Amino acid sequence: MNKVKKLDKTSIGLTLLKGRTFIVLIILMIFFSCAAPAFLQVSTMLLIAKHVALYGILAVGMTYVIITGGIDLSVGSVVGLAGMIAGGLLQEGLVTPFGYTLYFCVPLVLLIAVILGALIGWLNGVIITKCNVAPFIATLGMMYVARGFSNLRSNGATYPNLRGNEALGNTGFDLLGTSVLGIPVGVIIFFVVALLASMLLKKTAFGWHVFSIGGNEKASKLSGIKVNRDKIFVYMFSGACAAIVGLINTSQLVAAHPASGESWEMNAIAAAVLGGTSMAGGIGTIGGTIVGAFVIGVINDGMVMCGVSEFWQMVIKGVVIVVAVIIDQFQRNLEAKMALQARNSSK
Amino acid sequence: MSNICLHAEKIDKIYPGTKALDEVSFDVETGKVNVLIGENGAGKSTLMKIIAGIEQPSAGKMFMGSEEVRFKNTSEARACGIGIIHQELSLFPNLTVYQNMFMGNEKKIGLAVDNKTHIEKTVEILKRLEYPIDPHTIVGDLRVGQQQMIEIARNLIQDDLKILIMDEPTSSLSESEVEVLFKIMRELTAQGISIVYISHRLEEILRIGDNVTILRDGRWVAHAEVADIDVPWIVKNMVGSDKGYQKRERNIDWSKREVVLEAKDITLPKKGGGYLLDKVSFSLRKGEILGIYGLLGAGRTELFECIMGLRPEHTGDILLNGEKVDVKNISEQIDRGFALVPEDRQREGLVQTMSIKKNISLSSLKRYVKGLFVNQKLENEKVEEQIKDIHIKVANKELPILSLSGGNQQKVVIGKGILTEPKILLLDEPSRGIDIGAKTEVFDIINQYAERGLSLLVISSELKEIVAIADRVIVLSNGKKTGEFTEDEITEDSLVIASYKGHHTGKSDTESEGESKDE
Repeated sequence: MNKVKKLDKTSIGLTLLKGRTFIVLIILMIFFSCAAPAFLQVSTMLLIAKHVALYGILAVGMTYVIITGGIDLSVGSVVGLAGMIAGGLLQEGLVTPFGYTLYFCVPLVLLIAVILGALIGWLNGVIITKCNVAPFIATLGMMYVARGFSNLRSNGATYPNLRGNEALGNTGFDLLGTSVLGIPVGVIIFFVVALLASMLLKKTAFGWHVFSIGGNEKASKLSGIKVNRDKIFVYMFSGACAAIVGLINTSQLVAAHPASGESWEMNAIAAAVLGGTSMAGGIGTIGGTIVGAFVIGVINDGMVMCGVSEFWQMVIKGVVIVVAVIIDQFQRNLEAKMALQARNSSK
Repeated sequence: MSNICLHAEKIDKIYPGTKALDEVSFDVETGKVNVLIGENGAGKSTLMKIIAGIEQPSAGKMFMGSEEVRFKNTSEARACGIGIIHQELSLFPNLTVYQNMFMGNEKKIGLAVDNKTHIEKTVEILKRLEYPIDPHTIVGDLRVGQQQMIEIARNLIQDDLKILIMDEPTSSLSESEVEVLFKIMRELTAQGISIVYISHRLEEILRIGDNVTILRDGRWVAHAEVADIDVPWIVKNMVGSDKGYQKRERNIDWSKREVVLEAKDITLPKKGGGYLLDKVSFSLRKGEILGIYGLLGAGRTELFECIMGLRPEHTGDILLNGEKVDVKNISEQIDRGFALVPEDRQREGLVQTMSIKKNISLSSLKRYVKGLFVNQKLENEKVEEQIKDIHIKVANKELPILSLSGGNQQKVVIGKGILTEPKILLLDEPSRGIDIGAKTEVFDIINQYAERGLSLLVISSELKEIVAIADRVIVLSNGKKTGEFTEDEITEDSLVIASYKGHHTGKSDTESEGESKDE
C-alpha cells in the first residue's frame, strides 16, 4: 500500500514538473499584473503576442532542428536577408542584363523570399549531411555569409517605405504588419505555422523519423530511415520559417534593414529549450516551444513596463534559461529512475 | 597461505535485474598464471573489473596479504600494483603510442610532461616485447593485434606491478604474436608477478596456465591445478549438467526448397590493403536457418553490412529469388524484404528516447501512412500483434523502452525487424547480453518464424547455440569462407577447426603486412 502511494506522489510531482514552463508563465503573468497595472490589458497582451510571434516562428523551425540533434545558428541572418531581398525587389525590382527592370507582385515577392530561405536551409543540410560538418559550424558559417549578403544587397543601407507603387502593381506588402479583427497578422501566421508543424511532428511518419534520428541516428539508419534526406528537409523548414519571420518583420516596420534579426537565433534556441526540447536531441514538442516563447516575451515586455533596465533584463533572462535546463535534467533523472523501477518490479 | 597474493571473499555483484556474481571466492597465487574460465556471461569479466577497481562489489571483501583492500577506482587498484588488459581495447585511437602508454601515469618535470622519458621508456618496453613500433605512431593507424600489444605494454610500465589481469588478450593476436605474449607472461611470473588469465581457447590454457578456476552463471564451480586436469574436465565443468538449447529435428529435404538468396564472391577490401571479405559465396533457402560462425574480426558483421547495403564499395553479386539486386542503401534493402537485427542493441538497435511502441514500429511506419498522417489505429494493432506474437513482456506499450529488461529490449529489436514483413532476416549475435531464459525465448522466435517460411541468417559466437539452432553453418575466418556444414557435420569441433583455417594460411600475409607498416 505504502509503495503505491509513494509512486503516486512522484507521478503527481512529475506532472507538475512537465507543466512547469506553463506554471512559470502563469506566475510571471500574475507577478507583472501586480507590478505594472497596465500589463493585464488586451492591448498589452496583443503587443506581447506580436513580439513573440517573430521569434516564436523561428523557434518552431529551431525545435525541429534541435530534435534531430542539430542546431541552426543561421536563422537570425536569414531573417535579415529575406527582408532585404523582399525590400530590394519591391523598391528596385530585379535589374536584368537586357536593360529593363522586372517588378514582381507582392505574393511573388513573398514566395521568392521563402524559397530563398528554404534554399539556404537546404545548403545547410547538405553541408551537414553530405560533407559531415558539425551543425554548429556549418550554420555558424552560414550566419556570417547570409548577414554579409544582406548588407551587400544595399551596401548596408535601409530600404525605407515599402508600401509599393500603384503604377508598378506591387502594393500591399504592409498588410503582413496589420491586424485582422484586432489580431496582428504575424500572430495569426505564428499559430498557423505552429499548428501545422505540430501536426507534422506528431502525426506523420516524417515527424517520428525526426524524433528517432535525434534519439539514435545509427539505429534510425539501420531501421531504413533516410536520415540525410530527413535532416536536409528539417534545415529547409527552419530556413523557410526564418524567411517568413523576415517578411513579417519587414512588413511591420514597412522598411528593410540589413541588421534585422541579429542574435534572434539565441531567442529561438532559448524558447525551444525553455519548452523542454532536449539539446541532446530526440525530445521536444511544438506546444512546449510556444509556451517557452511566451515566457521569454512576457519577461521581456513585462520588465520593460516595470522599468527594469535592459542590462538587468539580460541577466534575468540568462538565469531563467539555465535554471530551466537544470530542472529539465532533474526531470530526466526522475523519469529514468521510474523506468528502472518499472523494469525491476516487472522482474 | 603466503603464496596468495590477493584473496577475494564471497563477492556479490548485482546489476539491475541480474545477479552477475553470487558469493564468488577467488585466490590469485603469487607468480603463477591463474586461469579463469567460463562461458559468456559467467561473470569472469565482472570479477576482474571488481579486482581492478573498475566496478565495486555489492557485497564481499578482498584481501591483499592480511590487509583488507577496497578499490574505489582504477587508480587505487593501480597503486596496489594491479593492472588490467581489457577484452575490448581501451586505448585512445587519436593519440600516439607513447601518449597512450603513459596516459594517466605521466612523468613530469615541474608542470610539463616529460616526453623524452616517455618515448625512451616506450621504446625500451616495446623492445622487450620484441615489438618495435615507432612511439610516435597514432594508435588508430595500428592493426588490432598491434593495438593489443600496446595495451599489454602499457601495463608493463608500472614498476611495482604485482597482479596483471588479462581478459582474452589473444582474441585478436596472430599466432606469432601469441608466442611472444606467452614468453612475456613467463618472464613476468618468473619475476614474481601474478597473472590472471581469461581465455576461451582451451589448448592455450593448458599450455600457459598453472591453476584453473571455473565460473558458471555467476557462481564458483571448480578449481584445480592444470597438471591434474584435461580438456574434457574443463568442458564438463563449464557446461555443467545444463544441456542448453535442445537441437531440433526438422527433417526437411532442402534440395526441394527454392533458393531465396544467393551471394556470389562477395569481396570487401580493407583500408590499407588486404580484405575484410574475400570471395565469400553462399546460398539461403526458404525457411532455412543459416548459421555464420567465426572468430572476432572474421568478417561476419561485414558480410551482413554488404547484404544490407551499408557497404556500397563491395564487389560480387547478390541474387534475390534468382534476380540480381543492385544493392545501394539500406532503405531499399528493407523495402526488398531484408531486415537486420544489429549486434549492438543499445547503439544500433534502439532509440532510447522513444516508447516501446515507437521502437517496434520504427521501420514500418511508412506502411501505416494513410494520406498524410500515420494511421494510429493500424499502428497500434500491428504493434500489439507483434508484442503478442513474440511474447514481449510489457505492462504498457507507451512506456519508455528502457523500462524493459535486456531480453525484452532485444525482442523489441527483433520485433521491429519482423514487423517489416521480411523474406530474409539477418540476426547479428541475437543472444548477446541477455539471460538464459530470454535466450531460449529468442531461439524459439527464430525457430517459429523459420517454420513459417522466413529465411534467417544468424551470426553467433557461441558454439553450442549455433550448433543447436542452425540447419546449415558456414564458417568465416580472416575474411574467407573456410567451411560449410550441414546436419550431422555441424559439431563444435568441426566449427572451431574451420574458424582457425584462415589464420594459418593468412599468417605469413599478416606478418609481412605488419612489418612493412613498422618501417
